[in-house]
Amino acid sequence: MIKVKNLNVRFKNVHAVRGVDLEIQNGETVAIVGESGCGKSALAKSLVKLFPKKTAEFSGEVIYNGQNILTFSEKELRKIRGKEIGMIFQDPMTSLNPVLTIGFQITESYLRHFPEKSKKDAVKRTEELLELVGIPKDRIYHYPHTLSGGMRQRALIAIALAASPKLLIADEPTTALDVTLQAQILDLLKDLQKKLGMSILIITHDLSVVAGFADKVLVMYAGKIIESANVDDLFETPSHPYTQRLLRSKPRLDMPRSEPLLPIDGTPPDLSKQFAGCSFCPRCTESLEICKNETPPIFNINPGHTSACWLKK
Amino acid sequence: MNAWQRLKVNKTGMFGLYFLSLLMIMAIFGPLLSSHTYYETQLPLKNQTPSLQYWFGTDELGRDIFTRIWWGARISLLVGISASVLDLLIGVIYGAICGFFGGKIDELMMRVADILSTIPYLLVVILLMVVVGPGLLSIIIALSITGWIGMARIVRGQVLQLKEFDYVTAARALGANSSWILSKHLIPNTTPSIIVTLTLSIPTAIFAEAFLSFLGLGVQAPIASWGTMANDGLPALRYYPWRLFFPAAFISVTMLSFNLLGDALRDALDPRLRI
Amino acid sequence: MLTYIIKKFWILLLSLFLVATLTFFLMHAIPGDPFTQDKAIPEEIMAALKKHYGLDRPLWVQYLSYLKGIVTFDLGPSFKYEGRTVSEIIMQGFPISLELGAEAIFLAIGLGISLGTLAAFNHLRWQDQFVMFFAVLGVSLPSFIVATALQYVFSMKLELLPVARWGSFTHSILPAVSLSLLPAAFIARLTRSNMVEILQQDYILTARSKGLAPFRIAVVHVLRNALLPVISFLGPLAAAVLTGSFVVEKIFGIPGLGGWFVMSVVNRDYTVIMGTTLFYSACLMVCVLVVDILYCLIDPRIKLNERVAET
Repeated sequence: MIKVKNLNVRFKNVHAVRGVDLEIQNGETVAIVGESGCGKSALAKSLVKLFPKKTAEFSGEVIYNGQNILTFSEKELRKIRGKEIGMIFQDPMTSLNPVLTIGFQITESYLRHFPEKSKKDAVKRTEELLELVGIPKDRIYHYPHTLSGGMRQRALIAIALAASPKLLIADEPTTALDVTLQAQILDLLKDLQKKLGMSILIITHDLSVVAGFADKVLVMYAGKIIESANVDDLFETPSHPYTQRLLRSKPRLDMPRSEPLLPIDGTPPDLSKQFAGCSFCPRCTESLEICKNETPPIFNINPGHTSACWLKK
Repeated sequence: MNAWQRLKVNKTGMFGLYFLSLLMIMAIFGPLLSSHTYYETQLPLKNQTPSLQYWFGTDELGRDIFTRIWWGARISLLVGISASVLDLLIGVIYGAICGFFGGKIDELMMRVADILSTIPYLLVVILLMVVVGPGLLSIIIALSITGWIGMARIVRGQVLQLKEFDYVTAARALGANSSWILSKHLIPNTTPSIIVTLTLSIPTAIFAEAFLSFLGLGVQAPIASWGTMANDGLPALRYYPWRLFFPAAFISVTMLSFNLLGDALRDALDPRLRI
Repeated sequence: MLTYIIKKFWILLLSLFLVATLTFFLMHAIPGDPFTQDKAIPEEIMAALKKHYGLDRPLWVQYLSYLKGIVTFDLGPSFKYEGRTVSEIIMQGFPISLELGAEAIFLAIGLGISLGTLAAFNHLRWQDQFVMFFAVLGVSLPSFIVATALQYVFSMKLELLPVARWGSFTHSILPAVSLSLLPAAFIARLTRSNMVEILQQDYILTARSKGLAPFRIAVVHVLRNALLPVISFLGPLAAAVLTGSFVVEKIFGIPGLGGWFVMSVVNRDYTVIMGTTLFYSACLMVCVLVVDILYCLIDPRIKLNERVAET
């Protein structure tokens, strides 16, 4: 239902997103995984061009409902934001306006997209939403500072869903929460997806969040998607060396305690520079001669599983 | 980029710096440039427009305004700088004690400062001037007694912040005692804020002196301060505007320069504060 | 909420008491007495005068009677203006100064917030630079210079507005503008830096992701947060307008309280000086208290009692 073709996003001298293609089907959960600074947040925000005026340059296409919304004017995009595509962000402590009640911030989104509805309808809708996300209804007139972190994140989800969007983009929704809350929020999102039949695009740096949550996983590195697969395929038969190293670097319950952790040497590349050849090559232990000079294209490893690596395994 | 380079880039700040340097030079050497003194009266030549003989014109007693302006500069700069420096000393000591010892002492001292600060600054200065009588020394004393609160607050804030930093804990772990920590760690780190606050409090002092003189409470004749000159020039505004214009212009540009320089220093010394 | 107000009220009374005491002892610390100004007065007349005004009583008796007088709003007679009491003078001059001050404050707030907002939304572009420059000017140009400049240009040369005195609305334009420039500059700077900070906050991103129009974001989300610090600035604002009024009223010949105060200072009319000082301090402290309360009412994050935040 939403298709991204060859998206490139530049900020001043930083080329954050370099020719990304992706597709999200109706009702599907897609995850984009990558280290800090790989461009994944920029990618998420680019789908609705959520940057201050004139700070970012776009090229490529984002096709939604048969139209390239990247060419839309700001006014037209505002109709899409919140109504077709909703977003939640990383830090629930700072993402809510402290001087407005939770209820106000939810009804605001609803009434903006359905201006014909009355205030009563809006309040009713808000109560429904609060129930849906698991917040007691009496909180509707409370201010954000009376809510805990987990509750605030739920409130943000309620806000994002107020106008019934078809796609929910979650940018690191669990990063600022502790592990038990993480599980709760993820369960909530999965539950909401089933109930509302919407698609979810989740951005995260944490692979463990992805397993058991996403249907499809895209691994991002230095502004490019370097591997894309179903979640099971990715975890069982990772193809790209980066993905493999990523999976190996995380401690596992079934690992013997004496086995050392295996981090990836080096640091992620600077996105203000261009690279000759494969961007992972400097840190890759299996690189070939060709990797240094030629950028690998996307190869089909198996049906539904692609990898941008010359090794083609 | 170090602080000096950052400062140089800031054009308005550098303008302030150049102007003030020029002003200080002229304050010292200006009166020597003209052949007149600041107190010599030549009644037949009163209220002359600026001319070759009297570069800024003459006032109602025939005194040369050009020379008087530079004497006024001396007064303004003297009052401004000494009052600010005294405020600095009082404020730093007060603020450092509060911040460093914290607890009850801090609470009590800050409470006193809060109550004192609810009384309008200029009001107290005026009252003190009424009591102490006019004169240069009185002005400086009156200004210092009232102006230290801002500095004390800033120093206290800085000290409180810095106390929490790890390197103070590290120093303590190495056995440093309170006065060592105070002098070697805390004071050097609060210096940028102090410099900026000092630079920005000078125009307040200059303004206060001009304000007092304008109300007739400042230095006495025949000493020339920009404020008294402005006061004298006011009734003659319609017909001899230059008599008010020159002191007013100098007060404004001097205060402006200090403010621009202070802002630039703030940007240069702590870029994190910049918005 | 109530305990908070009462606590602040006690502090106010304490401060006023301190001010009254301070001014009393300051005035009595002045060498000489109120009468030796103009000419030498014979001993008997001096003694009679002192007795008349109660100045022959021991100091602490005078102090107590002074305090008593304050509570009963009897601030004593003026030494320079026969037959007038300090309270009369205050009641006559205050409404005028109040009107002037209110106009200036309105102007300052209106101008300051508009300019600050303009600057913040055009951060680092020419509108921002312009506003910042204006702000520095406003802070550096002393009010008496601005006042005389305006008087010179608009009254004397262009003859558009009256030169001095008080009466109609046009009389108040130039004085109000002169008084408002310094506070306007401060408010503009404050508004601008708050707004710039707020515009970078996460909740603004949330608001934009909801598809809200920029105008709505500016008014509903940004302004409300940005104005909080400006409200707490209103206290010092009132003080600035007050002290500014001394000079502005003198230049424009306005018979407000500021003008009376200046004259009493020049004439060494001690009772008037004490009375007006006390009155001014009281006004300012009340202003500050009102602002404090207002701030607590408007910012939902401020806790007025000791209750722990619910989770």
